[in-house]
Amino acid sequence: MSDDRIYFIDSDTLPPEALAKKHRLENDPSSRADIMTYLPGMEVIDSDIKDKVPAEMNAYDPAAYTSADVERALTREHCNVEDFKALLSPAAAPFLERMAARAEKETENRFGNTVYLFTPIYIANYCQNYCVYCGFNCYNNIRRKKLTPEEIDHEMKVISDAGMEEILILTGESRKYSDVDYIGESVKIAEKYFKNIGIEVYPLNVDEYKYLHECGVDYVTVFQETYDLTRFEQLHLLGHKRVWPYRFDSQERALMAGMRGAAFSALLGLSDFRKDAFATGLHAHLIGRKYPHAELSLSCPRLRPIVNNDKINPNDVGERELCQILCAYRLFLPYAGITVSSRESARFRNGIAKICATKISAGVSTGIGDHEEKYEGKQGENAGDEQFEINDGRSTEKMYKDLEEGGLQPVMNDYLYV
Amino acid sequence: MSDKLKLGNKEFSSRFILGSGKYNLNLIKAAVEQGGAEIITLALRRANTKESENILDFIPKGVTLLPNTSGARNAEEAVRIARLSRELGCGDFVKIEIMRDAKYLFPDNEETVKATAVLAKEGFVVLPYMNPDLNVARDLVSAGAAAVMPLAAPIGSNKGLATKDMIQILIEEIDLPIIVDAGIGKPSQACEAMEMGAAAIMANTAIATAGNVPDMASAFKLAIEAGRKAYLTGMGRVLARGGSASDPLTGFLR
Repeated sequence: MSDDRIYFIDSDTLPPEALAKKHRLENDPSSRADIMTYLPGMEVIDSDIKDKVPAEMNAYDPAAYTSADVERALTREHCNVEDFKALLSPAAAPFLERMAARAEKETENRFGNTVYLFTPIYIANYCQNYCVYCGFNCYNNIRRKKLTPEEIDHEMKVISDAGMEEILILTGESRKYSDVDYIGESVKIAEKYFKNIGIEVYPLNVDEYKYLHECGVDYVTVFQETYDLTRFEQLHLLGHKRVWPYRFDSQERALMAGMRGAAFSALLGLSDFRKDAFATGLHAHLIGRKYPHAELSLSCPRLRPIVNNDKINPNDVGERELCQILCAYRLFLPYAGITVSSRESARFRNGIAKICATKISAGVSTGIGDHEEKYEGKQGENAGDEQFEINDGRSTEKMYKDLEEGGLQPVMNDYLYV
Repeated sequence: MSDKLKLGNKEFSSRFILGSGKYNLNLIKAAVEQGGAEIITLALRRANTKESENILDFIPKGVTLLPNTSGARNAEEAVRIARLSRELGCGDFVKIEIMRDAKYLFPDNEETVKATAVLAKEGFVVLPYMNPDLNVARDLVSAGAAAVMPLAAPIGSNKGLATKDMIQILIEEIDLPIIVDAGIGKPSQACEAMEMGAAAIMANTAIATAGNVPDMASAFKLAIEAGRKAYLTGMGRVLARGGSASDPLTGFLR
């Protein structure tokens, strides 16, 4: 990996003690907590998937696969784990067009020409973690904000009025500022406006997921960021998020709590993207084996610039590599949803929706409380800063139109809460 | 001679039913106009939208809606969806779909029998989607189903009559219409199922993903009619192995 120093940004507003602690965390590994040790209150569940995935990932050598392996994978009706490894390997790069053609066919058989639309809403950006690449990290000097119930109601109404029926509620990772009750209340407000509610918040225990499910949540997204434990340790220097196995079991705890579906992802560009993509797919695959009713989906975020650091970039994960990963996901897990966020350009999203993406976001803001400003041009005065810079800023209406013009069928909702 | 498909208290001339997997206006139009479909399946969860693409608006007049319970994971959820469908004015027909498997979307036979019993008592015309199993089919008859809908192959797979022998047994042993659902990929497979004595064919993906949707809808119509006619006529014999011996084995008898 390139030098991690590009991630380390000092803010001149930090008190000297905080700055000293930040530098210690960055420079002295012994000052950081053990990533495998659960913190008090973190539920431990009986599951061996968190052992299997890193073990299989470490044994995976992308360079060991040849074009013959890729050919074999492409002619097989159902790709197995070995085929998946071949499709993610450098040897598969010259086969990209053929992979895309197969992926398109699989997607059509399973999903037709439909593409689901959703939008994320960030209700708070307070965070107690120091993840060096993230705009919300606790040492980054940004405008912090937590929406009040009235503000959440207002934001959701603006989004709903634009035609959106599915919402993904996000927070920074702070139990202190955004506790489970606060999230639950925001879900209850969302129930008034949306048919389909997902959350992407800090990992929770089973009883907490149960509570949020009762409030109206059906889908839980938790990104593992990287499945490479060494890299994980180097990039998540402080906070609950450092506890790798607790985070890994989030999807399983959510499904145990009765959630309908779960989403997985590595943040591509943090480590060896082929290995991380392999681990992400395997993680979803093994969860699917254990919970066959679960609706699983995969995301594919690449690193993006953040407030105060425009040098952050996806490293060696170009668009061709991203496309290869997504086609490999589709061929290995034909039934899984694939979500492509506004981190990618309009051109990329239009193209990938025809191959294998089944869900894309529209009308996106990753800031806090600025939907009205973004949708209607009204001046927002006290919005909170965003998590990352988005790339595709199309409105819901524009996205709907563009998809239709591309021969796809936008779907606002395909879900009945019973 | 009139040859009608009877379901509940309704009669249909067409034996092609449009499934609900891939929906769009052109597909529905083609199914009705070129395919002659009189029944169109509707995933209620897709009708549950405030947007302009509400499928209910796509359904032409005179076509019978067959709402399904897709999304239900158990009998209780299926029953709730069916009741909601009736409240929304979608009629008394309901296709039970209960899946506990997100990968192959296989129906859960046990839960399907339970839901069928509850809904039949409430006066629904219940069409259960099932994995072909004779005992389960008998239970569905006892539970009050109006037809039995075995899968030919995993849904959306276009693999044809993978469960052919099991479906043949249902046709022979069950007195309700057997409607072959899921997996039919080509008109020839639809024709074959009809020759076997299936009462109707439900298809979606095969037509939705065809190069020319209206022409494929028409091809299915012709294939289903051909198969039906062959079945009603009585098929000619097909010898199992080779020709028949010219010297009868019993020729020595006096």
